[in-house]
Amino acid sequence: MTTKGAASPWRDPVALLAVPAVLYLLVVYAFPLLWLFMKSLTGPTGLTVQPYVSFLSDPFNWRIVGNTLRVAGWVTLVCFLIGYPAAFALARAGALLQIVMLVSIILPLSIGAVVKAFAWQIVLRRDGVVAQLLVGVGIWDEPQRLLFTETGLVLGAANIFLPFMILPIYSVVKLINPRLSEAGATLGATPLYRFTHVTLPLTLPGVVSGVAFVFSMSVSMFVIPSLLIGDRFQTLSTLMGRSFLLMRNEQLGSTTAVILLVLAVSIVVGSTWLARRLGGSAT
Amino acid sequence: MTVLERLSQYVVWAIAGFTVVFLMTPLIVTVAVSFGSSTVFTLPPPDWSLRWYERLANMRGLLPALVVSLQIAAVSTAIAMVLGTLCAIALVRGRFPGRETISTFLVSPLMLPGLVIGIAMLQGFKAMGLRDVYGSLLVAHVVITLPYVVRTVVGALSLFDFSLIDAARTLGCSYPAALTRVLVPALAPAFLTSGMFAFLASMDNYPISIFFTDAWTKTLPIQMLQYVEERPDPTIAAISACLVLLAIVALVIGDRLVGLRKLADF
Repeated sequence: MTTKGAASPWRDPVALLAVPAVLYLLVVYAFPLLWLFMKSLTGPTGLTVQPYVSFLSDPFNWRIVGNTLRVAGWVTLVCFLIGYPAAFALARAGALLQIVMLVSIILPLSIGAVVKAFAWQIVLRRDGVVAQLLVGVGIWDEPQRLLFTETGLVLGAANIFLPFMILPIYSVVKLINPRLSEAGATLGATPLYRFTHVTLPLTLPGVVSGVAFVFSMSVSMFVIPSLLIGDRFQTLSTLMGRSFLLMRNEQLGSTTAVILLVLAVSIVVGSTWLARRLGGSAT
Repeated sequence: MTVLERLSQYVVWAIAGFTVVFLMTPLIVTVAVSFGSSTVFTLPPPDWSLRWYERLANMRGLLPALVVSLQIAAVSTAIAMVLGTLCAIALVRGRFPGRETISTFLVSPLMLPGLVIGIAMLQGFKAMGLRDVYGSLLVAHVVITLPYVVRTVVGALSLFDFSLIDAARTLGCSYPAALTRVLVPALAPAFLTSGMFAFLASMDNYPISIFFTDAWTKTLPIQMLQYVEERPDPTIAAISACLVLLAIVALVIGDRLVGLRKLADF
Protein backbone atom coordinates (compact mmCIF):
# COMPACT_ATOMS: atom_id res chain seq x y z
CA MET A 1 0.00 0.00 0.00
CA THR A 2 2.75 2.43 0.94
CA THR A 3 4.83 1.59 -2.11
CA LYS A 4 1.77 2.03 -4.29
CA GLY A 5 1.11 5.42 -2.63
CA ALA A 6 4.65 6.53 -3.31
CA ALA A 7 4.57 5.27 -6.87
CA SER A 8 1.49 7.29 -7.73
CA PRO A 9 2.04 10.92 -6.77
CA TRP A 10 -1.71 11.56 -7.00
CA ARG A 11 -2.28 9.31 -3.98
CA ASP A 12 -0.37 11.52 -1.59
CA PRO A 13 -2.97 12.13 1.14
CA VAL A 14 -1.38 15.46 2.16
CA ALA A 15 -2.50 16.80 -1.22
CA LEU A 16 -6.10 16.59 -0.01
CA LEU A 17 -5.43 19.52 2.34
CA ALA A 18 -5.07 21.79 -0.68
CA VAL A 19 -8.45 20.79 -2.05
CA PRO A 20 -10.72 23.20 -0.09
CA ALA A 21 -8.72 26.34 -0.97
CA VAL A 22 -8.27 25.37 -4.62
CA LEU A 23 -11.91 24.40 -4.99
CA TYR A 24 -12.99 27.66 -3.36
CA LEU A 25 -10.91 29.77 -5.73
CA LEU A 26 -12.01 27.74 -8.76
CA VAL A 27 -15.67 28.44 -7.98
CA VAL A 28 -15.64 32.06 -6.81
CA TYR A 29 -12.59 33.39 -8.72
CA ALA A 30 -11.61 31.32 -11.75
CA PHE A 31 -15.18 30.61 -12.85
CA PRO A 32 -16.22 34.30 -12.80
CA LEU A 33 -13.12 35.28 -14.83
CA LEU A 34 -13.91 32.56 -17.36
CA TRP A 35 -17.56 33.60 -17.39
CA LEU A 36 -16.54 37.22 -18.05
CA PHE A 37 -14.39 36.06 -20.95
CA MET A 38 -17.20 33.92 -22.40
CA LYS A 39 -19.72 36.73 -22.00
CA SER A 40 -17.53 39.19 -23.85
CA LEU A 41 -17.51 36.74 -26.77
CA THR A 42 -21.24 36.06 -26.77
CA GLY A 43 -23.56 38.22 -28.84
CA PRO A 44 -27.33 37.96 -29.29
CA THR A 45 -26.80 35.34 -32.00
CA GLY A 46 -24.09 33.22 -30.42
CA LEU A 47 -20.31 33.34 -30.58
CA THR A 48 -18.92 36.62 -31.87
CA VAL A 49 -15.82 38.79 -31.81
CA GLN A 50 -17.90 41.79 -32.87
CA PRO A 51 -17.48 43.70 -29.53
CA TYR A 52 -13.69 43.57 -29.90
CA VAL A 53 -13.81 44.59 -33.55
CA SER A 54 -16.04 47.58 -32.84
CA PHE A 55 -14.01 48.50 -29.74
CA LEU A 56 -10.73 48.45 -31.62
CA SER A 57 -12.06 50.21 -34.70
CA ASP A 58 -13.19 53.24 -32.70
CA PRO A 59 -10.42 55.88 -32.69
CA PHE A 60 -11.81 57.27 -29.41
CA ASN A 61 -10.99 53.97 -27.72
CA TRP A 62 -7.48 54.08 -29.11
CA ARG A 63 -7.04 57.41 -27.44
CA ILE A 64 -8.13 55.80 -24.18
CA VAL A 65 -5.61 52.99 -24.69
CA GLY A 66 -3.01 55.68 -25.46
CA ASN A 67 -3.89 57.59 -22.27
CA THR A 68 -3.61 54.41 -20.22
CA LEU A 69 -0.24 53.36 -21.58
CA ARG A 70 1.24 56.88 -21.56
CA VAL A 71 0.33 57.56 -17.92
CA ALA A 72 1.49 54.08 -16.89
CA GLY A 73 4.76 54.65 -18.75
CA TRP A 74 5.41 57.96 -17.01
CA VAL A 75 4.51 56.57 -13.60
CA THR A 76 6.86 53.63 -14.14
CA LEU A 77 9.66 55.93 -15.29
CA VAL A 78 9.31 58.25 -12.27
CA CYS A 79 9.17 55.25 -9.92
CA PHE A 80 12.29 53.80 -11.50
CA LEU A 81 14.25 57.05 -11.36
CA ILE A 82 13.48 57.46 -7.65
CA GLY A 83 13.28 53.78 -6.73
CA TYR A 84 16.55 52.54 -8.22
CA PRO A 85 18.85 54.84 -6.23
CA ALA A 86 16.53 54.49 -3.23
CA ALA A 87 17.00 50.70 -3.26
CA PHE A 88 20.78 51.18 -3.16
CA ALA A 89 20.49 53.77 -0.41
CA LEU A 90 18.33 51.33 1.56
CA ALA A 91 20.90 48.56 1.17
CA ARG A 92 23.89 50.77 2.04
CA ALA A 93 22.29 52.87 4.80
CA GLY A 94 23.28 52.59 8.44
CA ALA A 95 21.04 50.68 10.84
CA LEU A 96 18.93 53.63 12.03
CA LEU A 97 18.44 55.19 8.60
CA GLN A 98 17.56 51.77 7.23
CA ILE A 99 14.80 51.38 9.81
CA VAL A 100 13.40 54.82 9.00
CA MET A 101 13.42 53.99 5.29
CA LEU A 102 11.82 50.58 5.79
CA VAL A 103 9.04 52.12 7.88
CA SER A 104 8.34 54.77 5.26
CA ILE A 105 8.23 52.08 2.57
CA ILE A 106 6.13 49.46 4.38
CA LEU A 107 3.72 51.74 6.25
CA PRO A 108 2.04 53.16 3.11
CA LEU A 109 1.55 49.58 1.87
CA SER A 110 -0.99 48.85 4.60
CA ILE A 111 -2.99 52.01 3.94
CA GLY A 112 -5.72 51.95 1.32
CA ALA A 113 -5.57 53.69 -2.05
CA VAL A 114 -8.64 55.79 -1.20
CA VAL A 115 -6.86 57.34 1.78
CA LYS A 116 -3.68 58.01 -0.20
CA ALA A 117 -5.47 59.40 -3.26
CA PHE A 118 -7.44 61.72 -0.98
CA ALA A 119 -4.18 62.83 0.62
CA TRP A 120 -2.79 63.69 -2.81
CA GLN A 121 -5.87 65.76 -3.53
CA ILE A 122 -4.74 67.97 -0.63
CA VAL A 123 -1.05 67.90 -1.58
CA LEU A 124 -1.66 68.93 -5.22
CA ARG A 125 -3.98 71.88 -4.53
CA ARG A 126 -3.05 75.41 -5.59
CA ASP A 127 -2.15 76.14 -1.96
CA GLY A 128 -0.81 72.60 -1.46
CA VAL A 129 2.62 71.45 -0.36
CA VAL A 130 4.02 70.83 -3.86
CA ALA A 131 2.97 74.25 -5.20
CA GLN A 132 4.40 75.96 -2.11
CA LEU A 133 7.66 74.06 -2.53
CA LEU A 134 8.02 74.88 -6.25
CA VAL A 135 7.34 78.57 -5.61
CA GLY A 136 9.70 78.57 -2.63
CA VAL A 137 12.53 77.04 -4.68
CA GLY A 138 11.85 79.53 -7.46
CA ILE A 139 10.77 77.14 -10.20
CA TRP A 140 7.29 78.68 -10.29
CA ASP A 141 6.57 82.39 -10.10
CA GLU A 142 3.15 81.88 -8.59
CA PRO A 143 1.34 78.82 -7.21
CA GLN A 144 -0.51 76.67 -9.74
CA ARG A 145 -2.98 73.89 -9.33
CA LEU A 146 -1.56 70.42 -10.07
CA LEU A 147 -4.76 68.63 -9.13
CA PHE A 148 -6.76 67.48 -12.17
CA THR A 149 -3.67 67.64 -14.41
CA GLU A 150 -1.81 64.71 -15.91
CA THR A 151 1.40 65.75 -14.12
CA GLY A 152 -0.46 65.63 -10.81
CA LEU A 153 -1.83 62.19 -11.60
CA VAL A 154 1.63 60.85 -12.50
CA LEU A 155 3.16 62.33 -9.35
CA GLY A 156 0.47 60.93 -7.06
CA ALA A 157 0.42 57.49 -8.66
CA ALA A 158 4.22 57.27 -8.67
CA ASN A 159 4.22 58.06 -4.95
CA ILE A 160 1.62 55.40 -4.22
CA PHE A 161 3.36 52.67 -6.27
CA LEU A 162 6.97 53.53 -5.36
CA PRO A 163 7.31 50.81 -2.66
CA PHE A 164 6.58 48.19 -5.34
CA MET A 165 9.60 49.44 -7.29
CA ILE A 166 11.99 49.78 -4.33
CA LEU A 167 11.34 46.42 -2.64
CA PRO A 168 12.04 44.05 -5.60
CA ILE A 169 15.19 46.01 -6.53
CA TYR A 170 16.30 46.08 -2.89
CA SER A 171 15.83 42.31 -2.68
CA VAL A 172 18.53 41.82 -5.36
CA VAL A 173 20.76 44.75 -4.35
CA LYS A 174 21.18 43.42 -0.81
CA LEU A 175 22.54 40.15 -2.24
CA ILE A 176 25.23 41.85 -4.35
CA ASN A 177 28.67 41.49 -2.88
CA PRO A 178 30.27 44.98 -2.77
CA ARG A 179 33.61 43.26 -3.27
CA LEU A 180 32.64 42.58 -6.91
CA SER A 181 32.70 46.27 -7.71
CA GLU A 182 35.93 46.68 -5.70
CA ALA A 183 37.46 43.86 -7.71
CA GLY A 184 36.52 45.76 -10.85
CA ALA A 185 38.19 48.87 -9.43
CA THR A 186 41.39 46.95 -8.63
CA LEU A 187 41.45 45.74 -12.21
CA GLY A 188 41.32 49.35 -13.37
CA ALA A 189 37.66 49.71 -14.39
CA THR A 190 36.16 53.20 -14.24
CA PRO A 191 33.13 53.74 -11.95
CA LEU A 192 30.84 54.04 -14.98
CA TYR A 193 32.19 50.83 -16.52
CA ARG A 194 31.83 49.05 -13.16
CA PHE A 195 28.23 50.16 -12.95
CA THR A 196 27.20 49.18 -16.47
CA HIS A 197 29.14 45.89 -16.53
CA VAL A 198 28.91 44.63 -12.95
CA THR A 199 26.18 46.26 -10.89
CA LEU A 200 23.47 46.93 -13.44
CA PRO A 201 23.33 43.39 -14.90
CA LEU A 202 23.11 41.95 -11.39
CA THR A 203 20.15 44.18 -10.48
CA LEU A 204 18.23 43.64 -13.73
CA PRO A 205 15.98 40.83 -12.42
CA GLY A 206 14.81 43.12 -9.61
CA VAL A 207 14.33 46.01 -12.03
CA VAL A 208 12.25 43.84 -14.34
CA SER A 209 9.90 42.72 -11.59
CA GLY A 210 9.65 46.22 -10.12
CA VAL A 211 8.84 47.71 -13.52
CA ALA A 212 6.28 44.98 -14.18
CA PHE A 213 4.58 45.51 -10.79
CA VAL A 214 4.37 49.28 -11.15
CA PHE A 215 3.38 49.23 -14.82
CA SER A 216 0.58 46.69 -14.41
CA MET A 217 -0.76 48.49 -11.32
CA SER A 218 -0.65 51.83 -13.14
CA VAL A 219 -2.48 50.37 -16.12
CA SER A 220 -5.29 49.11 -13.91
CA MET A 221 -5.55 51.89 -11.30
CA PHE A 222 -9.05 53.26 -10.92
CA VAL A 223 -9.60 55.32 -7.79
CA ILE A 224 -6.35 57.27 -8.18
CA PRO A 225 -7.22 58.76 -11.61
CA SER A 226 -10.84 59.35 -10.67
CA LEU A 227 -9.80 61.40 -7.62
CA LEU A 228 -6.70 63.08 -9.05
CA ILE A 229 -7.72 63.95 -12.60
CA GLY A 230 -11.48 63.45 -12.79
CA ASP A 231 -13.85 61.97 -15.33
CA ARG A 232 -12.70 63.99 -18.33
CA PHE A 233 -9.54 61.91 -18.53
CA GLN A 234 -10.36 58.31 -19.36
CA THR A 235 -8.21 55.25 -19.06
CA LEU A 236 -9.13 51.63 -19.78
CA SER A 237 -10.02 50.94 -16.17
CA THR A 238 -12.02 54.12 -15.58
CA LEU A 239 -13.91 53.35 -18.82
CA MET A 240 -14.53 49.82 -17.56
CA GLY A 241 -15.63 51.00 -14.11
CA ARG A 242 -17.91 53.67 -15.53
CA SER A 243 -19.53 51.34 -18.04
CA PHE A 244 -20.56 49.06 -15.18
CA LEU A 245 -21.23 51.53 -12.38
CA LEU A 246 -22.78 54.44 -14.31
CA MET A 247 -23.65 53.55 -17.89
CA ARG A 248 -24.84 50.01 -17.16
CA ASN A 249 -23.24 48.93 -20.44
CA GLU A 250 -22.14 45.41 -19.52
CA GLN A 251 -21.00 44.49 -23.03
CA LEU A 252 -18.57 47.41 -23.27
CA GLY A 253 -17.46 46.82 -19.68
CA SER A 254 -16.76 43.13 -20.24
CA THR A 255 -14.84 43.80 -23.45
CA THR A 256 -12.69 46.44 -21.77
CA ALA A 257 -12.19 44.19 -18.74
CA VAL A 258 -10.92 41.32 -20.90
CA ILE A 259 -8.55 43.63 -22.80
CA LEU A 260 -7.19 44.93 -19.50
CA LEU A 261 -6.90 41.41 -18.12
CA VAL A 262 -4.97 40.20 -21.17
CA LEU A 263 -2.68 43.22 -20.86
CA ALA A 264 -2.04 42.59 -17.14
CA VAL A 265 -1.50 38.84 -17.55
CA SER A 266 0.93 39.31 -20.43
CA ILE A 267 2.94 41.82 -18.36
CA VAL A 268 3.13 39.40 -15.40
CA VAL A 269 3.95 36.34 -17.53
CA GLY A 270 6.39 38.21 -19.75
CA SER A 271 8.25 39.79 -16.86
CA THR A 272 8.44 36.52 -14.92
CA TRP A 273 9.98 34.87 -17.97
CA LEU A 274 12.38 37.75 -18.52
CA ALA A 275 13.41 37.93 -14.85
CA ARG A 276 14.08 34.18 -14.81
CA ARG A 277 16.20 34.42 -17.97
CA LEU A 278 18.17 37.38 -16.63
CA GLY A 279 18.58 35.69 -13.25
CA GLY A 280 19.91 32.59 -15.01
CA SER A 281 22.44 34.51 -17.09
CA ALA A 282 23.67 36.60 -14.15
CA THR A 283 24.87 33.61 -12.12
CA MET B 1 39.40 57.24 -1.61
CA THR B 2 38.23 58.49 1.78
CA VAL B 3 36.90 61.67 0.17
CA LEU B 4 35.05 59.52 -2.34
CA GLU B 5 33.70 57.30 0.43
CA ARG B 6 32.48 60.26 2.44
CA LEU B 7 30.92 61.71 -0.70
CA SER B 8 29.06 58.48 -1.42
CA GLN B 9 27.90 58.46 2.20
CA TYR B 10 26.35 61.91 1.68
CA VAL B 11 24.73 60.76 -1.55
CA VAL B 12 23.16 57.82 0.27
CA TRP B 13 21.83 60.16 2.98
CA ALA B 14 20.44 62.58 0.41
CA ILE B 15 18.64 59.90 -1.58
CA ALA B 16 17.35 58.22 1.56
CA GLY B 17 16.11 61.52 2.97
CA PHE B 18 14.35 62.45 -0.26
CA THR B 19 12.67 59.03 -0.48
CA VAL B 20 11.46 59.12 3.11
CA VAL B 21 10.07 62.66 2.75
CA PHE B 22 8.42 61.83 -0.58
CA LEU B 23 6.80 58.64 0.74
CA MET B 24 5.65 60.12 4.02
CA THR B 25 4.31 63.43 2.64
CA PRO B 26 0.74 62.27 1.92
CA LEU B 27 0.41 60.62 5.33
CA ILE B 28 1.85 63.56 7.27
CA VAL B 29 -0.26 66.06 5.33
CA THR B 30 -3.43 64.06 6.02
CA VAL B 31 -2.73 63.82 9.73
CA ALA B 32 -1.81 67.53 9.92
CA VAL B 33 -4.99 68.58 8.13
CA SER B 34 -7.11 66.36 10.39
CA PHE B 35 -5.84 68.25 13.48
CA GLY B 36 -6.23 71.69 11.87
CA SER B 37 -9.09 74.09 12.38
CA SER B 38 -9.26 75.15 8.73
CA THR B 39 -12.16 73.90 6.59
CA VAL B 40 -10.21 74.26 3.35
CA PHE B 41 -7.12 72.14 4.05
CA THR B 42 -4.85 75.15 4.71
CA LEU B 43 -1.32 74.12 5.57
CA PRO B 44 0.18 74.79 8.00
CA PRO B 45 -3.17 74.98 9.80
CA PRO B 46 -4.02 78.39 11.33
CA ASP B 47 -4.89 76.67 14.58
CA TRP B 48 -5.01 73.17 16.00
CA SER B 49 -8.35 71.62 16.85
CA LEU B 50 -10.15 68.34 17.33
CA ARG B 51 -13.37 69.47 15.67
CA TRP B 52 -13.09 67.04 12.74
CA TYR B 53 -12.74 64.13 15.16
CA GLU B 54 -15.78 65.34 17.10
CA ARG B 55 -17.73 65.40 13.87
CA LEU B 56 -16.90 61.76 13.16
CA ALA B 57 -19.55 60.69 15.66
CA ASN B 58 -22.32 62.49 13.76
CA MET B 59 -21.16 61.45 10.31
CA ARG B 60 -24.10 59.76 8.63
CA GLY B 61 -23.32 56.22 7.49
CA LEU B 62 -19.83 56.11 8.95
CA LEU B 63 -20.47 53.77 11.87
CA PRO B 64 -22.48 51.21 9.85
CA ALA B 65 -19.76 51.19 7.17
CA LEU B 66 -17.08 50.67 9.81
CA VAL B 67 -19.05 47.79 11.33
CA VAL B 68 -19.54 46.13 7.92
CA SER B 69 -15.83 46.51 7.12
CA LEU B 70 -14.69 45.10 10.47
CA GLN B 71 -17.08 42.15 10.26
CA ILE B 72 -16.18 41.30 6.66
CA ALA B 73 -12.45 41.68 7.34
CA ALA B 74 -12.56 39.55 10.50
CA VAL B 75 -14.67 36.71 9.09
CA SER B 76 -12.95 36.60 5.69
CA THR B 77 -9.52 36.59 7.37
CA ALA B 78 -10.58 33.75 9.66
CA ILE B 79 -11.86 31.67 6.73
CA ALA B 80 -8.73 32.47 4.69
CA MET B 81 -6.48 31.41 7.57
CA VAL B 82 -8.13 27.98 7.80
CA LEU B 83 -8.19 27.38 4.02
CA GLY B 84 -4.77 28.96 3.49
CA THR B 85 -2.96 27.11 6.27
CA LEU B 86 -4.31 23.72 5.19
CA CYS B 87 -3.28 24.46 1.62
CA ALA B 88 0.16 25.73 2.69
CA ILE B 89 0.78 22.45 4.57
CA ALA B 90 -0.15 20.51 1.42
CA LEU B 91 2.13 22.68 -0.72
CA VAL B 92 5.15 22.35 1.58
CA ARG B 93 4.76 18.77 2.83
CA GLY B 94 3.02 17.15 -0.12
CA ARG B 95 4.81 15.37 -2.93
CA PHE B 96 2.41 15.72 -5.81
CA PRO B 97 2.71 17.32 -9.24
CA GLY B 98 1.43 20.83 -9.94
CA ARG B 99 2.36 22.38 -6.58
CA GLU B 100 4.05 25.29 -8.35
CA THR B 101 0.91 25.91 -10.43
CA ILE B 102 -1.35 25.74 -7.39
CA SER B 103 0.69 28.26 -5.43
CA THR B 104 0.81 30.67 -8.40
CA PHE B 105 -2.96 30.26 -8.78
CA LEU B 106 -3.59 31.01 -5.09
CA VAL B 107 -1.43 34.15 -5.10
CA SER B 108 -2.66 35.36 -8.52
CA PRO B 109 -5.54 37.53 -7.17
CA LEU B 110 -2.82 39.90 -5.93
CA MET B 111 -1.37 40.26 -9.41
CA LEU B 112 -4.49 40.77 -11.52
CA PRO B 113 -6.33 44.10 -11.76
CA GLY B 114 -8.71 44.26 -8.80
CA LEU B 115 -11.42 45.98 -10.78
CA VAL B 116 -11.45 43.18 -13.37
CA ILE B 117 -11.78 40.57 -10.62
CA GLY B 118 -14.60 42.64 -9.12
CA ILE B 119 -16.49 42.86 -12.41
CA ALA B 120 -15.98 39.16 -13.09
CA MET B 121 -17.30 38.30 -9.62
CA LEU B 122 -20.27 40.62 -10.02
CA GLN B 123 -21.36 38.76 -13.13
CA GLY B 124 -20.21 35.33 -12.03
CA PHE B 125 -22.05 35.49 -8.70
CA LYS B 126 -25.18 36.66 -10.50
CA ALA B 127 -24.89 33.68 -12.85
CA MET B 128 -24.53 31.35 -9.85
CA GLY B 129 -27.56 32.87 -8.16
CA LEU B 130 -25.78 34.60 -5.29
CA ARG B 131 -27.63 37.89 -4.95
CA ASP B 132 -27.16 38.78 -1.28
CA VAL B 133 -24.78 41.75 -1.09
CA TYR B 134 -23.35 40.94 2.33
CA GLY B 135 -22.78 37.30 1.38
CA SER B 136 -21.14 38.30 -1.89
CA LEU B 137 -18.83 40.72 -0.09
CA LEU B 138 -17.77 38.02 2.33
CA VAL B 139 -17.19 35.40 -0.37
CA ALA B 140 -15.23 37.92 -2.47
CA HIS B 141 -13.07 39.12 0.42
CA VAL B 142 -11.82 35.60 1.17
CA VAL B 143 -10.24 35.73 -2.31
CA ILE B 144 -8.48 38.98 -1.28
CA THR B 145 -7.21 37.67 2.06
CA LEU B 146 -6.25 34.12 1.00
CA PRO B 147 -3.09 35.08 -0.99
CA TYR B 148 -1.57 36.88 2.02
CA VAL B 149 -2.07 33.85 4.26
CA VAL B 150 -0.83 31.30 1.73
CA ARG B 151 2.26 33.34 0.83
CA THR B 152 3.39 33.92 4.40
CA VAL B 153 2.54 30.52 5.84
CA VAL B 154 4.23 28.70 2.92
CA GLY B 155 7.30 30.84 3.57
CA ALA B 156 7.32 30.05 7.28
CA LEU B 157 6.64 26.33 6.80
CA SER B 158 9.46 25.94 4.27
CA LEU B 159 11.88 27.29 6.88
CA PHE B 160 10.54 25.02 9.61
CA ASP B 161 12.64 21.99 10.40
CA PHE B 162 10.14 19.13 10.56
CA SER B 163 12.64 16.79 12.22
CA LEU B 164 11.97 18.86 15.38
CA ILE B 165 8.58 17.16 15.53
CA ASP B 166 10.21 13.74 15.33
CA ALA B 167 12.60 14.86 18.05
CA ALA B 168 9.68 15.90 20.27
CA ARG B 169 8.03 12.53 19.70
CA THR B 170 11.23 10.68 20.52
CA LEU B 171 11.30 12.67 23.76
CA GLY B 172 7.85 11.36 24.64
CA CYS B 173 5.36 13.80 23.13
CA SER B 174 2.28 12.43 21.45
CA TYR B 175 1.85 13.53 17.81
CA PRO B 176 -0.85 16.17 18.54
CA ALA B 177 1.16 17.44 21.52
CA ALA B 178 4.26 17.69 19.35
CA LEU B 179 2.31 19.73 16.83
CA THR B 180 0.85 22.15 19.40
CA ARG B 181 4.04 22.50 21.44
CA VAL B 182 6.60 22.68 18.62
CA LEU B 183 5.00 23.52 15.30
CA VAL B 184 2.38 26.03 16.50
CA PRO B 185 4.74 28.27 18.52
CA ALA B 186 7.23 28.26 15.65
CA LEU B 187 4.60 29.31 13.13
CA ALA B 188 2.61 31.68 15.34
CA PRO B 189 4.48 34.89 14.41
CA ALA B 190 4.12 34.35 10.67
CA PHE B 191 0.55 33.22 11.19
CA LEU B 192 -0.45 36.34 13.15
CA THR B 193 1.40 38.70 10.82
CA SER B 194 -0.22 37.25 7.72
CA GLY B 195 -3.61 37.45 9.39
CA MET B 196 -3.04 41.06 10.34
CA PHE B 197 -2.04 42.15 6.84
CA ALA B 198 -4.83 40.10 5.27
CA PHE B 199 -7.24 41.90 7.61
CA LEU B 200 -5.86 45.31 6.56
CA ALA B 201 -6.05 44.35 2.86
CA SER B 202 -9.71 43.51 3.30
CA MET B 203 -10.38 46.70 5.30
CA ASP B 204 -8.74 48.82 2.58
CA ASN B 205 -10.10 47.09 -0.49
CA TYR B 206 -12.20 49.15 -2.87
CA PRO B 207 -11.96 47.72 -6.44
CA ILE B 208 -13.85 44.56 -5.51
CA SER B 209 -16.07 45.98 -2.78
CA ILE B 210 -17.33 48.74 -5.09
CA PHE B 211 -19.40 46.19 -7.01
CA PHE B 212 -21.04 44.75 -3.91
CA THR B 213 -22.78 47.64 -2.22
CA ASP B 214 -26.34 48.72 -1.68
CA ALA B 215 -28.05 51.34 0.45
CA TRP B 216 -27.52 49.30 3.65
CA THR B 217 -24.24 47.55 3.01
CA LYS B 218 -21.18 49.69 2.32
CA THR B 219 -17.61 49.06 3.37
CA LEU B 220 -15.56 51.87 4.84
CA PRO B 221 -13.47 52.70 1.71
CA ILE B 222 -16.62 52.85 -0.41
CA GLN B 223 -18.33 55.13 2.10
CA MET B 224 -15.20 57.31 2.19
CA LEU B 225 -15.11 57.48 -1.59
CA GLN B 226 -18.69 58.71 -1.48
CA TYR B 227 -17.82 61.40 1.09
CA VAL B 228 -14.85 62.54 -1.03
CA GLU B 229 -17.02 62.83 -4.12
CA GLU B 230 -19.92 64.55 -2.36
CA ARG B 231 -18.30 66.98 0.03
CA PRO B 232 -14.57 66.71 0.69
CA ASP B 233 -13.71 68.22 4.08
CA PRO B 234 -11.14 67.43 6.78
CA THR B 235 -13.50 64.91 8.40
CA ILE B 236 -12.25 62.47 5.77
CA ALA B 237 -8.72 63.35 6.83
CA ALA B 238 -9.72 62.42 10.39
CA ILE B 239 -10.98 59.00 9.23
CA SER B 240 -7.77 58.59 7.21
CA ALA B 241 -5.66 59.49 10.23
CA CYS B 242 -7.41 56.74 12.23
CA LEU B 243 -6.61 54.24 9.45
CA VAL B 244 -2.98 55.43 9.43
CA LEU B 245 -2.86 54.81 13.17
CA LEU B 246 -4.25 51.30 12.61
CA ALA B 247 -1.50 50.64 10.03
CA ILE B 248 1.15 51.92 12.46
CA VAL B 249 -0.13 49.56 15.16
CA ALA B 250 -0.02 46.66 12.68
CA LEU B 251 3.52 47.60 11.67
CA VAL B 252 4.73 47.75 15.29
CA ILE B 253 3.17 44.37 16.07
CA GLY B 254 4.54 42.91 12.84
CA ASP B 255 7.99 44.23 13.72
CA ARG B 256 7.83 42.62 17.17
CA LEU B 257 6.63 39.31 15.74
CA VAL B 258 8.77 38.76 12.66
CA GLY B 259 10.97 41.85 12.29
CA LEU B 260 10.87 44.81 9.92
CA ARG B 261 13.28 43.30 7.39
CA LYS B 262 11.17 40.18 7.06
CA LEU B 263 8.11 42.34 6.35
CA ALA B 264 9.99 43.93 3.46
CA ASP B 265 10.74 40.56 1.83
CA PHE B 266 9.40 40.43 -1.64
